[in-house]
Amino acid sequence: MNEILGHFNYLIVVLLMMMGLYVVIASPNLIKKLIGLSLFQASVFILFITFGKVSGGGPPILSQQLTAYSNPLPHVLILTAIVVGVATTAVGLALIVRVYEAYGTTDEDEIDAMDNADDKPVV
Amino acid sequence: MLIGLLSDLCLLFGGLLCLTGGVGLLRLPSFFVRLHAASVTETLATVFLIAGVMLDTGWALDTAKLLLLIVIMFVANPSITHALCRTAAHGKYRPESNHEPQASHQQENQSSNNSTS
Amino acid sequence: MRDLFAVIMLFGIFSFIAALLFLDMDAVDVAFTEAAVGAGVTTVLMLSALRLTQRYENVSHRHAGMALVVVTLTGAALIYGTLDFPSLGDPNAPVHEHVAPEYLQQTPEKIGVPNVVTAVLASFRGYDTLGETVVIFSAGIVVMLLLGLGRAEDFEQQEDILILWVVVKPMVALILVFALYVQFHGDFGAGGGFQAGVIFASGFILYSLVYGENHTRKVLPARWLPRLAALGVLLYAGTGMFSFFKGQVFLDYNALADSPVSGQHLGILLVEAGVGLTVFSTVLLIFYAFSGRRAVVHE
Repeated sequence: MNEILGHFNYLIVVLLMMMGLYVVIASPNLIKKLIGLSLFQASVFILFITFGKVSGGGPPILSQQLTAYSNPLPHVLILTAIVVGVATTAVGLALIVRVYEAYGTTDEDEIDAMDNADDKPVV
Repeated sequence: MLIGLLSDLCLLFGGLLCLTGGVGLLRLPSFFVRLHAASVTETLATVFLIAGVMLDTGWALDTAKLLLLIVIMFVANPSITHALCRTAAHGKYRPESNHEPQASHQQENQSSNNSTS
Repeated sequence: MRDLFAVIMLFGIFSFIAALLFLDMDAVDVAFTEAAVGAGVTTVLMLSALRLTQRYENVSHRHAGMALVVVTLTGAALIYGTLDFPSLGDPNAPVHEHVAPEYLQQTPEKIGVPNVVTAVLASFRGYDTLGETVVIFSAGIVVMLLLGLGRAEDFEQQEDILILWVVVKPMVALILVFALYVQFHGDFGAGGGFQAGVIFASGFILYSLVYGENHTRKVLPARWLPRLAALGVLLYAGTGMFSFFKGQVFLDYNALADSPVSGQHLGILLVEAGVGLTVFSTVLLIFYAFSGRRAVVHE
């Protein structure tokens, strides 16, 4: 039973990851795909922070009252990853804005249809 | 002992107010009514929750920071409500009773349907 | 759910709950960053992008079946993979063995800063953080190249919203002071350059949302922002090069001052200042780029 409870976090992580993946695959709207990707990214953050937790420990800020500390290394990695994630999401959104201005739609199926209509047949 | 009891009561009351605000947000009929319920209850709830934590902390630097937080919440939350109401009024929502306001996108469709039918 | 506005709001709520989850798992720095970034900046950015594209999603003609099959198979494989993972909070997990106890022990002796996360970020793993800062800078430059920055004359005067104007003015001052506090207090509590940069930019974004774009662009003209971002990266790399020229390894702060510990303090201060400057400039640059773009109405 303790085993199952101890692995509950990983189940949640995999669920979130799969939800994000489903949104990326199944939704034709570009902005929704980007949100699904951010969801995927957030689940990976939760996974890393789960690895770092030490039961009975406190936040990795040295103080007199604590004996055990949680592992600071995943915190460092995820801290920079979050801010880099927002920067890359901004790049993705900028690309989507340019795509909308060029094609008139953010629907991937319509964009594909427009691209295929432009293709000349191979002689 | 008394301070601990008072802190527990404040936290409990704050939680109950949050719950009330949440129920109001879900169950009340239209936008402005929901906004009123959520904003009023949640402002007071946040103040009580922070006051409960303050009583628990006692006399420390953190208490002054929490007091500053209460002042900010008291000022910011109603201003945010005002901003929301103003934006909704700008978008042609009206606080009508018994009438679910439509989004302006669907409202144009409705008015065009009404004009053609 | 076809209204993307609602989807973005829900995503903001999800980010906030994730921040609470991080807090519960003793990751205070990470929770701070996720709350500032996820629940604040990301929502504003996505709403700005929504303004420039369409708000409602078209009806999808795709079949959900194939996607569900792929997702279920992948999920099952991943869950099978997680069966071998250590339980939550296990102190004997392999991840706590080699480097982490070393960092926790060496931080009081070699660096003398209570916040181990800041010590690891800025000193032990400073090279990685330099790379991340350059990535953030490049992302800002890419957005600037894609969207342009807009000009101050393009915006008309914002209408007078007296209540918000009166309330927001002291709040913006408070937010900026708090950002500086977080920047310099990062050695002792949760905080540091990344959070401080985001909070500082949020103050400017709030000012811009309430007072209008042309006011904000008079306060901080857009052409300064790429220069400030580059200055932040220069500050970081320059600190490294300084110790390089003094005969030590690149980014070895021991060479910066007389005693190694005060050298580490000085190095961490300069490096975090560089990071904060770059993050602030990049986030504000991205906001200026999105808000300066004219919406093109397609039928």
